[in-house]
Amino acid sequence: MELQAVLMAAGGGSRMTDLTYNTPKAMLPVGNKPLIWYPLNLLERVGFEEVIVITTKEVQKMMSTDPKVKVDVKMKLDVVCIQEDADMGTADALRHIQQKIKTDILVVSCDLITDVALHEVVDLFRAHNATLAMLMSKAHEFTETVPGQKGKKKTAEQRDFVGVDQSGQRLLFMANEADLEDGLSIRKSVIRKHPRMHIKTGLVDAHLYCLKKAVVDFLSENKSISSIRGELVPYLVRKQFSKTTNSEKIKDDCEDQTQKKSDKLFISSRDEPLLQRAQELSCWNDHRGDMSEAYHGGKLRCYVHIMEQGLCCRVNTLAAYIEANRLAPKLFEEPAVHPSSVISERCQMGSDSIIGALCQVADKTSIKRSTIGNSTTVKEKVKVANSIIMHGVTIEEGCNIQGSVICSNAVIGRGADLKYCLVGNGQRIEPEASDTLTFMYCVKTLHIY
Amino acid sequence: MADSGVTDGPEKKEDIERAKNEGKELSKEEKQRLRKEKKQQKKSKEKKDEKEKEKEKKSGGSTATAPQAQPSTQKAPPAVPAPVSNSVPASEPAIPADKPTKSKAELKAERRARQEAERATKQTKKGEPGQQSATGKPKAPPSELQPVVKRLPEHVQVDDPDVLKKLAKKLERQQIPLRSDYGYKVSLFSHLHQYSRKAPPTQQLSIPSTVIHPAIVRLGLQYSQGIVAGSNARSVALLHAFKQVIRDYTTPPNEELSRDLVNKLKPYISFLNQCRPLSASMGNAIKYIKKEISNIPSQCKEEEAKSKLLNNIEWYINEKIILAAKAIAVSSIEKISDGDVILVYGCSSLVNHILCEAFDKQRKFRVIVVDSRPRLEGREALRRLVQKGISCTYVLISAVSYILPEVSKVFLGAHALLANGYVMSRVGTSQIALVAKAFNVPVLVCCETYKFCERVQTDSFVSNELDDPDDLIVTRKGKTQLASWQQVASLGLLNLVYDVTPPDFVDLVITDLGMIPCTSVPVVLRVKNVDQ
Repeated sequence: MELQAVLMAAGGGSRMTDLTYNTPKAMLPVGNKPLIWYPLNLLERVGFEEVIVITTKEVQKMMSTDPKVKVDVKMKLDVVCIQEDADMGTADALRHIQQKIKTDILVVSCDLITDVALHEVVDLFRAHNATLAMLMSKAHEFTETVPGQKGKKKTAEQRDFVGVDQSGQRLLFMANEADLEDGLSIRKSVIRKHPRMHIKTGLVDAHLYCLKKAVVDFLSENKSISSIRGELVPYLVRKQFSKTTNSEKIKDDCEDQTQKKSDKLFISSRDEPLLQRAQELSCWNDHRGDMSEAYHGGKLRCYVHIMEQGLCCRVNTLAAYIEANRLAPKLFEEPAVHPSSVISERCQMGSDSIIGALCQVADKTSIKRSTIGNSTTVKEKVKVANSIIMHGVTIEEGCNIQGSVICSNAVIGRGADLKYCLVGNGQRIEPEASDTLTFMYCVKTLHIY
Repeated sequence: MADSGVTDGPEKKEDIERAKNEGKELSKEEKQRLRKEKKQQKKSKEKKDEKEKEKEKKSGGSTATAPQAQPSTQKAPPAVPAPVSNSVPASEPAIPADKPTKSKAELKAERRARQEAERATKQTKKGEPGQQSATGKPKAPPSELQPVVKRLPEHVQVDDPDVLKKLAKKLERQQIPLRSDYGYKVSLFSHLHQYSRKAPPTQQLSIPSTVIHPAIVRLGLQYSQGIVAGSNARSVALLHAFKQVIRDYTTPPNEELSRDLVNKLKPYISFLNQCRPLSASMGNAIKYIKKEISNIPSQCKEEEAKSKLLNNIEWYINEKIILAAKAIAVSSIEKISDGDVILVYGCSSLVNHILCEAFDKQRKFRVIVVDSRPRLEGREALRRLVQKGISCTYVLISAVSYILPEVSKVFLGAHALLANGYVMSRVGTSQIALVAKAFNVPVLVCCETYKFCERVQTDSFVSNELDDPDDLIVTRKGKTQLASWQQVASLGLLNLVYDVTPPDFVDLVITDLGMIPCTSVPVVLRVKNVDQ
């Protein structure tokens, strides 16, 4: 077997608590499908037959009852539950399932929505015998107004500095702004080997990693690493150029113990000398201009595939969630209106709206650029624009909803006028309410006129 | 040879007798006229032979060549067609069925026929030229020759839609995605595949690959991207991948390892062929492995059989590649004297090895590395030699005639050595050999015996490899002139990989069996076949 897929679905959605305080992130509806459906669909399309899903008990229960996950996903899902309060990082989760892992792994996060050609990432992993191959994408500015946020000012996102070589594929440097104190410091050994480096900041990490099995074994011995993205990846990128990997001196026994841990990362095949010989006989080199052999003789290599075009979205903030709802329907070809819903003829529906199953939309409504979830009732003379309405919502007559997110089972009273609001689960908006840019999710509703 | 005229038709006998009887009555003018007629007929017969040869090349070897051979032998005394046609089928089966070999047998047949004709006409000085040879005879030989028709390999028949359909069916059966050709192909080479590097063979494969072993997928990718390039490297990498396949193989129930494993390898080989056409050395390695697998006795246990196979592979690599390189280095070092200026072309692992060994043995020489676009492999050769400490000069192939007056020897590597003594190597090698011959500089080709191949080729058109045409596009000062070459209807980009060098330009071939002239290659092949 070549690769095993691991889907990380235990995340809490810490950056969008307004949405996730009731529904776990993995089950948030995006385009009327649960968020976890998207990476599962990606893996299935590409040809995986089995996926190990690491998640919480709650999500597991919801997954087993959700028709989308049960019916649409034909792969065998091996669900591993971890405690919600254990505060496990992604690397800790990998350590937890180390026994199940028999070969190289492909780690995907549940909040990734993308249409990338996965073979481009995996080809880098295969062709160069890499230890790590990851996917990144050019970030897009979010243009929609986010409900609940007054003004356009976003909190300063911590930037990621990613250094790649001239070909744009080899990963030379990775650091987050939070870890850098004064400035960017790049080791001399890196510059000596790769004098031309492109440093990019506008990239989104898709959290899709191909890792060698040796890395998982390494993790099981180094228990200090708890996050793949935050600690493991920068560690591997740094280790490519560390002195010990490239020196071939014979080490004595006392150093052997520490070396053995990291040496495990370097052995790529049982017939290492034969592979080495094939590389020596080959007249190919990955760089020009200095006297070193291919890959500078380094055995640990990290590669990145940077997507220029196409959709790659990580749904971990509210703005990303709204953006995803806008873009995700383009990924699949289901009819915009579910056949089981009842739409009256005098309803004006835009072509980029989606209506879920078992909905009832009455006369004289206008629905533009919106997503309406399953079992929602929309009464007469309602205007819905640029909004996301989740499942089981009831919208009474004469409402005007713009740019808002209405969570499941909410009830919007008659004549309410909501602009850029976020209504939490099961909330009731009183009739004739008029709100702009508010959150309504606590038990006591806030009215701001 | 008087006997040869015995089986004549009765007409000819009468003519000859009449001529002999009336011989004294023939005047000198008549004798001259007869001699002129004979000469004209000889010429027209030779022209006919050439036309037939051209027809053969164009039609690519069909059964038509067999009956066409007959008219050429009609002029000769009729007894000759019988022995000739008997010898032709005998020689043809001896040549293996892979590549077009009719040309060699045809040439032999025609040469023999012509010799017999000349001998016969010398005897029958006064007789009329033997036009009325047995017309009944030619009908018998074609039926003997027809069953011995050779099949052309698929990879040189890409412009034939039937062949493509067959290939597509075969790949579908083996569940391997078909790689589609890319771009406009120059008409002379439209019978070859041309793939693009931007459309990798793994596009339609599932991840994780279940049909094809992951080691083979990795190998195919490395071939198509050029990460493993060079005849020796490709063979070693192939054998390494096969070792992993054999390790992971388990015999299904009710199957025998010796038969099932060979069947398992077939789709892998098709896949590798789709990634990049197999080289001659890879072909020989695959033949060896298949033979070893089929030779495993059926009562052998699986573990034992697998370890035996792995040892065989190790032995093959050790003996045919590593030790052979050492032996060739030892022989070549005798040929390198102090003060030599050696010219090398491109990056041949064997030639680099030889030069490094010679440098270790304290020979004083300097090297001129000749390089060519688009691969620019010479840079890698240059790096390896300079790293060792050898003083090098670097030129492009356009400067070869300027630099040759300084050169004392030319060392060339080979991709394969063909059975008629031609050397198949990186495109540009024949040019270097030609110019070196013009300057009277000795050309030495270094080649291991496992690269010897039973194919026969006299030109670089029939069978070659077309690389990605986009490699020829270069960006200088921010401008890419050829960026939209596909839109220009009359423009075609051709990126050839190999060419063949005739044996007249090669002075010596250094192999692990010793130093042999180019024409001794068929002898080595025959000896190898006998051994096996």
